[in-house]
Amino acid sequence: MILDLQNIYKDYQQDKLVVPVLKDVSLQVEEGEYVAIMGPSGSGKTTLMNIIGCLDRPTSGTYLLAGEDVQQCKDREMSDLRLRSIGFVFQSFQLLSRQSALENVALPLSYAGIKKKERRERATQALERVGLGDRVTFKPTQLSGGQKQRVAIARAMVNNPKILLADEPTGALDSKSGQQIMELFSQLNEEGVTIVMITHDRNIAAKAKRIVHIIDGMITEGEKSQPQAGMDIEGSGQKTEQPENEADTKEAEESGKEAENE
Amino acid sequence: MLENIRLSFQGLWSHKMRSFLTMLGIIIGIAAIIAIVSTIKGTNEQIKENLIGSGENTVNVRLYQGDNTYEIDYNGVPDGVPVITEETRTKMLDLKHVEGAALYTSREAYNVIYYKNTGLSGGKIYGIDKNYLNACNFIIRKGRGFCESDYKKFRKVVLLDENSSETLFQGEEPVGKTVEIQREPYIVVGIVAKSTKFEPVINSMEDYYTYAENSTGAVYVPDTTWPLLYGYDEPQSMVLKLDSVDNMTVAGKEASAILNGGLFSNDETLKYKADDLLKQAEDLQKLGQSTNTMLIWIAGISLLVGGIGVMNIMLVSVTERTQEIGLKKAIGARKGKVLGQFLTEAAVLTSLGGLIGVIMGIILAEVISRLTGTLVAISVPAAVLAVVFSMAIGIVFGLLPSYKAANLDPIEALRHE
Repeated sequence: MILDLQNIYKDYQQDKLVVPVLKDVSLQVEEGEYVAIMGPSGSGKTTLMNIIGCLDRPTSGTYLLAGEDVQQCKDREMSDLRLRSIGFVFQSFQLLSRQSALENVALPLSYAGIKKKERRERATQALERVGLGDRVTFKPTQLSGGQKQRVAIARAMVNNPKILLADEPTGALDSKSGQQIMELFSQLNEEGVTIVMITHDRNIAAKAKRIVHIIDGMITEGEKSQPQAGMDIEGSGQKTEQPENEADTKEAEESGKEAENE
Repeated sequence: MLENIRLSFQGLWSHKMRSFLTMLGIIIGIAAIIAIVSTIKGTNEQIKENLIGSGENTVNVRLYQGDNTYEIDYNGVPDGVPVITEETRTKMLDLKHVEGAALYTSREAYNVIYYKNTGLSGGKIYGIDKNYLNACNFIIRKGRGFCESDYKKFRKVVLLDENSSETLFQGEEPVGKTVEIQREPYIVVGIVAKSTKFEPVINSMEDYYTYAENSTGAVYVPDTTWPLLYGYDEPQSMVLKLDSVDNMTVAGKEASAILNGGLFSNDETLKYKADDLLKQAEDLQKLGQSTNTMLIWIAGISLLVGGIGVMNIMLVSVTERTQEIGLKKAIGARKGKVLGQFLTEAAVLTSLGGLIGVIMGIILAEVISRLTGTLVAISVPAAVLAVVFSMAIGIVFGLLPSYKAANLDPIEALRHE
């Protein structure tokens, strides 16, 4: 199992008020899966992504990333986890505008202490993999939105991470380049890459093999064959290993947990 | 590291105007310091050169009576001053910094040296031992120096320096000719010259007399023939060749002490003393020191202001690049990496400023030298130190902004617009 989140709670302190954002979230992702986490804004999906991406720590609960307990990690080890185990793809690409596509892609390799020659080779390969082999020397300003996102995906993939974590990867793109990016994700998934994608767009989520809904800090499992209304928190057709929190009340939640423990 | 430096240059280049203005404080400070230091060093070297002569690393130890050198011409041979033995001379060689030691006797040569009817008025005559030419850095221009048998067989041979040869022979070939010294015939065997030419700057009448005395000429005979000329073994002086001019004082004192140990004169004022030109030079140099120190402090304040400017601009840079920092941290850059990147950038900025400052300072020093006519000496250690110091300024004042950058929360930073 690549991702194993168990009973994750996350609170934010606002003045003297404690605001719960994630409430007892449990989620497992197997190697090679393609999961979409779907939810409206304010549902806690970004917080969940930050926790999965080792950018943030849960208030309580356990998170195992490829068997490693993230909660126990020091700041430095969190950095190393982000470097080696996670590939980020952001909505706004987050490319360094003064550097070429190649240099952007090679950035994580330099943090991993890889020699310059190998960095060039591997970055070039990664760019070829996303279909930008002929754009290595281009600066981000010379690339279209879709191409920029491909560079970002190449950068995310270059260190061979355990999972590719995408946050609204098509949010800043027109529908055509968005579609191409989604095809690229599907292709990468077929090549064996584990993908976790966060989106509020049902059509985009539909491209994933598995959909997880998150509403008000709680998640429900959904199935891709049955597109659902965003506000519909009733999980339908879940069958596998996933624990399910469909409860509206705390009591139901408790009982669900007990059931799971058995 | 190299990668960081390359990135820093890239970053600085993309904000040329801003980088330059930030560097300006450092440039002005360093340029001022380099100009001041070069002028001070130039002045000091000029003082030293006027007194000692550049490259001349010998010190004379002579017999003094009170504060003046013992005047044998007027006072005759003193009692209780023994001949300095070869043993004593070799003892000198064991002293620190001493590379050579030689003995000589000397007298003023008023109307005692003639070639045909031409006399040498003024100048000096030296009776030298076989180590003298070497110790005083003489080179043979013509003919030969003295050899072992000249000393053993009391040959009446003489070496002329270029001035005396010019005065006596006026263009005629001197080697092989006979000159008359104290009515004794001496054969000229060679012409000698100092390997370093001493061209003093003449600032006073005294300087002129010293110069005149040195330039009227000198003649050298083997010291074994000295009694043939003057009838006695006269008190000797000693010349020490040192490893450096800077050790004149120390070595001179030690040698005088050894020689004074052998004295048994009733005249308590008779003492061997070293011509401590170095100390005289240093005393003069010290006069200007306090003013110069003040100037350096003032220039230092400009560096402090420059450093604060660097800190300010680095803070702006961190804010501007919050998103970039957030991204770098998100994709796995450790705190140290981010810290290193910004520290390098600050250090590169100020080192570059320091380098430009050094160049400007050298130009400024040259301009000052042209305008005021003072000597300027560029101090390489000072220039290197200036660049290293500017780098240190960058690191010190870059620390706060870099620390701020390294501790940004990647989530917040990524959201920053």
